[in-house]
Amino acid sequence: MPLIKDGAVAEDSWTTVGEDDPIPGGKAVIVGLTRWKDSADDLSGHNGPLGVRLKSDEPPELIAKDLGRFDLIALEFPNFNDGRAFSYARLLRERYRFTGEIRAVGDVLQDQLFFMRRCGFDSLELKEGRNVDTAIDALGDFTVAYQPASDEKDAPVKVRDWASN
Amino acid sequence: MMYQYDEIDKTLVKERVDQYRDQVARRMRGELSEEEFRPLRLRNGLYMQLHAYMLRVAIPYGLLSSTQLRKLALIAREYDRGYGHFTTRQNIQYNWPNLEDTPDILDHLAEVEMNAIQTSGNVNRNVTSDPYAGVARDEIEDPRPYCEIVRQFLTLHPEFSFLPRKFKVAVTAAETDRAAINVHDIGLRIVKNDAGEVGFKVLVGGGLGRTPFIGKVIRDFLPKEELLRYLQAILRVYNMEGRRDNLFKARIKILVHELGTERFTEKIEAEYEASKSDTRLLMDGIEEDRIRAFFTPPTYESLSDDAPDVDAEAAGNPAFADWLNRNVVAHKQPGYAIVNISLKPMGEAPGDATAEQMDAVADLADQYSLGHLRVTHRQNLVLADVRKQDLVALWKALVALDFATPNIERITDIISCPGLDYCNLATARSIPVAQRISQRFADMKRQYDIGEIRINISGCINACGHHHVGHIGILGLEKNGEESYQITLGGSSDVDADIGKRIGPAFASEDVVDAVETLVNTYLDIRQDGERFLDTYRRVGQDPFKERLYAAY
Ligand code: SF4
Repeated sequence: MPLIKDGAVAEDSWTTVGEDDPIPGGKAVIVGLTRWKDSADDLSGHNGPLGVRLKSDEPPELIAKDLGRFDLIALEFPNFNDGRAFSYARLLRERYRFTGEIRAVGDVLQDQLFFMRRCGFDSLELKEGRNVDTAIDALGDFTVAYQPASDEKDAPVKVRDWASN
Repeated sequence: MMYQYDEIDKTLVKERVDQYRDQVARRMRGELSEEEFRPLRLRNGLYMQLHAYMLRVAIPYGLLSSTQLRKLALIAREYDRGYGHFTTRQNIQYNWPNLEDTPDILDHLAEVEMNAIQTSGNVNRNVTSDPYAGVARDEIEDPRPYCEIVRQFLTLHPEFSFLPRKFKVAVTAAETDRAAINVHDIGLRIVKNDAGEVGFKVLVGGGLGRTPFIGKVIRDFLPKEELLRYLQAILRVYNMEGRRDNLFKARIKILVHELGTERFTEKIEAEYEASKSDTRLLMDGIEEDRIRAFFTPPTYESLSDDAPDVDAEAAGNPAFADWLNRNVVAHKQPGYAIVNISLKPMGEAPGDATAEQMDAVADLADQYSLGHLRVTHRQNLVLADVRKQDLVALWKALVALDFATPNIERITDIISCPGLDYCNLATARSIPVAQRISQRFADMKRQYDIGEIRINISGCINACGHHHVGHIGILGLEKNGEESYQITLGGSSDVDADIGKRIGPAFASEDVVDAVETLVNTYLDIRQDGERFLDTYRRVGQDPFKERLYAAY
């Protein structure tokens, strides 16, 4: 599936493994929350980067204690109407101070990408068949925004300044 | 007197129009299916109606300049069939635009600092307020700077643009609630605490539709600098926990109801506490002052509050006297008045205005009201800054336009949604019922005898006509292919807000106006001194009304 990272098409170095699939040693793997909860001990021996994938009804609170273990968190959009993961991403960035990669996966519309980036997502996995070029363009749909969000440091937009600091 | 766009606002609206123009082009080329296009057009106010597209344009907190109104008239003339429809949420709707024209319409709007952003879809909708804001005698302070701050904060919010359901915020600062804050997802009332500080009372979870609720107070006093942080907490909890499994249970009122007010409030307060280290949303006064400066009162002339010419005209001209009594309201500035323009001449569709009428009202606003006007929740217009000495001349001009019907808050000042004539969700017509009631009670003497009464009509259970909060509410339904109308009594959206109760079986279309008349006659027979319809109903309950109503059929 096409992956956009830092505003460009990127190779996907991560492998998503199923409930019962073997974990390939040394590789960057993403596991579901259940697998993580069931076998955190086994996984802690994994000698490659580790990611976890949260469904839209699995808030980051559920992995708050384990965040240090992950290099990537994938947040699922089961359909474009389900906007829960926008909040999850912001909480991960702003409340839990997660500095690894946050990836949007699932049914993602190009017209949502700008918002995703502002909420702290840094990679976006498009559904097969979506046009990558127009999606990358869409990241630049707006050069301004009214409210602060999670993209302050490298804000691609000029943000209305509500506060002094 | 009015917020003016700076570079950020202008750029944002322009980029939004460009984005939308591209979406329409992709749709026209077939690159987007209707299914994919739908959520995109909805976010820009474009609905698919029964016969055509409908475009809904936001009038933020109901405030318009004459220039903006002329632009709305131009759009009605060039892109629609010559009229527009003002809604209960201070929007204007056009019922006949062509899809390919809509980006141009949005360009026109952008020229006068207007837009259709987020007027539909599961997003934050137009922020509404008191049509008398800034001039009302009973307000603590002008609520509009906060409306504007909230408008900006909620516009294209990256986190809250895919909520479980639509989300509506209303703000008032007055004792009388002319903004229906009790039936909004969030209602904000500007209040003063014992120390004399200004802040907000916060209500959450009001709303109509198939499960009507009055909003619950979750905060008696929120310091005003905390407003955005607190809103963020409410929206975040709702975004994460609001139901997404069932469209009919997705509004925040259901979340409040299912959790219980106490538990819900705990969650909001917890999220709010947890976000306290983030000071970016704390209004420090700089931005607030910048926005407040746009709303400084105009330089009023120092005039006497006595207007002998007006008194003389009223003494000799009953029609003028009626209008003065009904449609003109006290202004906080001596020598000035607030004038309601009734968009409900007898027998007409509530809320409709033609392009010519809009142009004419724009001229009147320039001539008599400092170039501005407001749109009300009850689908009328308001000239808010009229010199008393101009009232006679203004009245004559309004009479010529058929806009001087002295029926504000009377039985023919009906709220009605578009209903089956336009709306594809409708189960029955609503505008024709409003027109028939209006004709039946056309006699002004009779209207004044009946006194204050609010009739609200919706064409389906979605309740856009706010029937639940009408003193008499009428809900259009469909039974075996026949339209029928269910009547509720005792609703109110004012400070004494309540949800009306169903009185009994529904009425056939040809009987519904008779039924309303029977209810009114019952009230006239049993009312005590000074009682409004609603007061009598609340005193005696349903029974006397029910007996008369169903004995007759
Ligand atoms: S109440 Fe029903 S009929 Fe009336 S406008 Fe709303 S959806 Fe349409």
